[in-house]
Amino acid sequence: MAKIRTQEELAARIGKCESCLKAKFTGEGGKRAIVICGGTGCLSNKSAEIKAAFEQKLKEKGLDKKISINFVGCFGFCSQGPFVKIFPEDTLYRMVKVSDVDRIVENDIIGGKVVEDLVYVDPNTKVKYPKQDEIPFYAKQKRVALHGSSMINPEDIDEALGYDSFKGLAKALTMKPQEVIDMILKSGLRGRGGAGFPTGRKWQFAHDQVNNTKYVVCNGDEGDPGAFMDRSMLEANPFNVIEGMMIAGYAIGAKEGYFYVRAEYPIAVNRLKIAIKKLNEVGLLGRHILGTDFSFQAHIRLGAGAFVCGEETALLNSIEGKRGMPRPRPPFPAIKGLWQKPTIINNVETLANVPYILRVGADEYAKVGTEKSKGTKVFALGGKVNNVGLVEVPMGLTLKELVYDIGGGVPNGKQFKAIQTGGPSGGCLTVKNLDTPIDYDNLIAQGSMMGSGGAIVMDEDNCMVNIAKFYMEFITDESCGKCTPCRVGTKRILEILTKITKGQGTMEDLTYLQELAFATKNGALCGLGQTAANPVLSTMKNFYDEYVAHVRDKKCPAHECKDLMEYYIDPEKCKKCSACARGCPVGAISGVVGKEAFKIDTKKCIKCGSCISTCRFGAISKR
Amino acid sequence: MAKKMLNIKIEDHPYQVEEGLTIMEAAQKCGYNIPHLCTFEGGRCSRGSCRVCLVEVTGARGLVASCVYPINEGMDIHINSQKALGARRTSVELLLSNHNKNCQQCVKNGNCELLLAAQMTGARDDMYQGEQTENTVDEIAPGITRDTSKCVLCGRCVETCKALQGIGVLGFQKRGFKTIVGPAFNRSFADSPCMQCGQCVLVCPTGALLEKSEIEKVDEAMKAGKKVIVQTAPAVRATIAEEFGEKIGTTGTGKMVAALHRLGFYRVFDTNFAADLTIMEEGTELLNRIKNGGVLPQITSCSPGWINYMEYFYSDLIPHVSTCKSPHEMEGAIIKSYFAEKHGLKPEEIFVVSIMPCTAKKYERTRKANAAVNGLPDVDAVLTVRELGRMIRRAGINWQKLPEEEFDNDLLGQYTGAGVIFGVTGGVMEAALRTAYHVLTGKEAGFLDFKAVRGLKDVKEAEIDINGTKLKVAVTSGMANAKPLLDDIRAGKSPYAFIEIMGCPGGCINGGGQPYVTSCFLPHEKDNIRDTYRKKRSAVLYSEDERLAIRQSHNNPDIQKLYQDFLGEPCGEKSHHLLHTTYEAKRVRFPKK
Repeated sequence: MAKIRTQEELAARIGKCESCLKAKFTGEGGKRAIVICGGTGCLSNKSAEIKAAFEQKLKEKGLDKKISINFVGCFGFCSQGPFVKIFPEDTLYRMVKVSDVDRIVENDIIGGKVVEDLVYVDPNTKVKYPKQDEIPFYAKQKRVALHGSSMINPEDIDEALGYDSFKGLAKALTMKPQEVIDMILKSGLRGRGGAGFPTGRKWQFAHDQVNNTKYVVCNGDEGDPGAFMDRSMLEANPFNVIEGMMIAGYAIGAKEGYFYVRAEYPIAVNRLKIAIKKLNEVGLLGRHILGTDFSFQAHIRLGAGAFVCGEETALLNSIEGKRGMPRPRPPFPAIKGLWQKPTIINNVETLANVPYILRVGADEYAKVGTEKSKGTKVFALGGKVNNVGLVEVPMGLTLKELVYDIGGGVPNGKQFKAIQTGGPSGGCLTVKNLDTPIDYDNLIAQGSMMGSGGAIVMDEDNCMVNIAKFYMEFITDESCGKCTPCRVGTKRILEILTKITKGQGTMEDLTYLQELAFATKNGALCGLGQTAANPVLSTMKNFYDEYVAHVRDKKCPAHECKDLMEYYIDPEKCKKCSACARGCPVGAISGVVGKEAFKIDTKKCIKCGSCISTCRFGAISKR
Repeated sequence: MAKKMLNIKIEDHPYQVEEGLTIMEAAQKCGYNIPHLCTFEGGRCSRGSCRVCLVEVTGARGLVASCVYPINEGMDIHINSQKALGARRTSVELLLSNHNKNCQQCVKNGNCELLLAAQMTGARDDMYQGEQTENTVDEIAPGITRDTSKCVLCGRCVETCKALQGIGVLGFQKRGFKTIVGPAFNRSFADSPCMQCGQCVLVCPTGALLEKSEIEKVDEAMKAGKKVIVQTAPAVRATIAEEFGEKIGTTGTGKMVAALHRLGFYRVFDTNFAADLTIMEEGTELLNRIKNGGVLPQITSCSPGWINYMEYFYSDLIPHVSTCKSPHEMEGAIIKSYFAEKHGLKPEEIFVVSIMPCTAKKYERTRKANAAVNGLPDVDAVLTVRELGRMIRRAGINWQKLPEEEFDNDLLGQYTGAGVIFGVTGGVMEAALRTAYHVLTGKEAGFLDFKAVRGLKDVKEAEIDINGTKLKVAVTSGMANAKPLLDDIRAGKSPYAFIEIMGCPGGCINGGGQPYVTSCFLPHEKDNIRDTYRKKRSAVLYSEDERLAIRQSHNNPDIQKLYQDFLGEPCGEKSHHLLHTTYEAKRVRFPKK
């Protein structure tokens, strides 16, 4: 591959790539292209087989020379995957199966007609949306960090260059490092890993250290249950993240960068590897980049699956080959980090924002967002919501817009109860917080946090005590065991919660619970421990009645805690058909077919729920 | 250059303290004792994990661990705020909720820092209850034991093993609530490259790491009516008084002998005698090597901790190590042969107990190569200084009222100043030099203090000119210090003829079997005792050396008699059988790169 040695050579190459990519998207010269989602979600849903089927079919039809096929990064609308998109018509097919390939090729590619039943239909309005941009799910989104996602081939450096990559670095290299930092400061970019520390200030600390060796570390150890924004960014456009890292390296004076990515993200790691290799081949990584004095090399380190290694100092220990346990701070990593050298640690999403800021300028970037939180934020929207997926929204969007306009509301006509943001370290927000504009400070003020961007919606069937227990189980599993409040405190909290969900709790336990939660928050060593009790504190704050119901009335209002609920057949609704009794694995249901309403012997019942799903008349419920 | 002074406030009182201190260090200087567990004595700590030392700092997020948080100008510290008090108490209560609280049976009772922290923070009894972490008890290794149910995961032992011995036998394993500290894969010390030096035992704040007690063995021998003969190592006299609340640096020789007499031992001997014997043997071995072009440098073999380490990591250097047994093993062998013969006793009737500053000696006595007479072990039981303290207390003996008594002057009674200083780093070297001078010149050296090999420096070097024979020697202690010297030997570039290596930093006065030096339990020690205790203990030995009339091993009349009547000559056939041993290469854990 031809080397890119100077700014001019880069500009020329970018110009060539841009027109090439434009031709692909607009169909210049009668070309057409098929892109298929190559994100982890769709790949596990057979998108690789779909791609192979397309290739074979096109070959059979002799079209393989005329029509290109490639993977692109995640479309974000994961509940509707796998996706196939046809250029230049921009037709988007969703939930495509291998068996649909023939039809798409015959009817669309050859016949020129849209395959209607594979087009997205809004479940509420029943309107069909054959084009991606028109789908309401995408309407309120703005793609900055996800730039290039679902558009470019993540393994093709020319597509990346044709889609804005390395314009930011080129710009940065014409500036002084301090000017780059000032620009980031002015943009108002804050760390997307959760805590929201101003990125520019972090860079400034490291920049001000006098040391020949400094490091940039990209934190891709995404551990929150249900969160996958880092993975998607690395899978969709690794070039963009590497570019962000290089700009950071230039700004602080680092020559080396480390990507710390979970080993559970093999596709992301592989694409990152390919990107680093190709960038080295063209000379955009290595020595004297674009003919300047700036040299930079990127390395990859795999995390072994410990949640705590997302904590920056534990991450540094892990890179150094030590046990992943946090270090006390100060000294902060910007002063003494990796191998005791000044180090900045930025989240994948933070770095993914950086090239954009350099491209458009700080003022343009800061136009989006709220007063103290600028730009956009990527959320992994999940739980009891119609449109599960990855969304990037401007800061300042309300939770209501997130849940209802983008998320499409709560399925099955159930009532919205809460939204958990910030993963295990975050908290639950309720109906009364729905109008809150999303930004760092608002979420903290409401008792939760931005976190890395998990957003899990809960409905009336979710017991909040049980939710708190779920997160504590996660935290006790993932605590590194270093400091006492986190190691023992979270365990004791979990034990009390378990007691409560079993109906053995006392009102005194609630006091202990609160005391312990505060002690853990105040006393733990690292961010993981300090926020570990947040799910307990926020559910106790917002849903104290549910705790009391468990303890005093021995009832679980959401009927989720098995020890505190029972199944019940309404004799009025029972059609005496015996279907439930026949399905019961323990013979707990008795009655006489056609004569006598059926009844559940609660002593025998194991609360498996099979009767509820068997009954066609809705006669069985929990109480 | 004078250090910059910073203005801080503690509980709204202004103080000036020097820059670079942690909050805990600064608070100590201002008259506060903040409870702590994971920090090492003196307020330095690299972990900040126990959270027992939390204080409130105005403007800081949450509470901060005072042991790691550096002070800065204008810092406003609240040790006594309700929030800080509560948090410290909760940390201790949480530790207690996962702790095996059988304090009555725990030998650490009285020296337990967790119990002290509980008192200091006012921890409530059984505040939190719940599951306990799955427990491992390791009593397989002869030297030290591990009981994870007592462990508070402070990590001091982990740090110590790495920093002092450079091994890192101990590490954290599993995570969260299941975390424990132990050798890799939670195996026994016996199944790890542990040298059993016991430095980890000295720093353990609770009873999780202890010496393996052999008091019961001694009891049984007494009960069985055996002739139980006790010997005490040189370094024991320098520390035994500490066990009874006396100041560090108090000589305890006379009272110790009196106590041992009262405990019913058949004879009370001093291992110093055998130290003199060691010099005769080891010195002769060295001179033979020099004369006959043998393997040099020769390395001392008195420290069983070092020997263990060598067998694991440097077994290729076995030819360099003196074949001499360590002094107490020599003494045991001589008791069971020479002493038994002279008194018409059967070796089987005799039970030799060694009071040692060492846990590795417990392992050493089980070595198969250390059984010279009729296949009987040279030594039958090894007690640490702490165990002796326990025996004396158990017997109801009032230390303060004990008279001063002399060792039994019976064949092995006499010892020289050279033997006494074996208990401190550089001592063996100095004793050897005193005798070497005599052997090489036929004259006594005009001076006896080889100052270059004294002191607590990591590595000491000296070149001694004995009538034109230049002898280049080195002295070190602690394996982290010894490693570079050993690597030099391995690489064939060691310039020395003779090297003294002790397993524990500072030598036996800082051995793993010595009394705990925990300043929170030593309120009468005015200075920063962690910095001075080794010096004070060595001073005891050097002053006894100076006080003694005979200060060279070869001038010990009992030694001379022993060679005349029994052994013949140093390194002769009989010595070889009784006083020398062999080494074996254990599994090599870390092959050469």
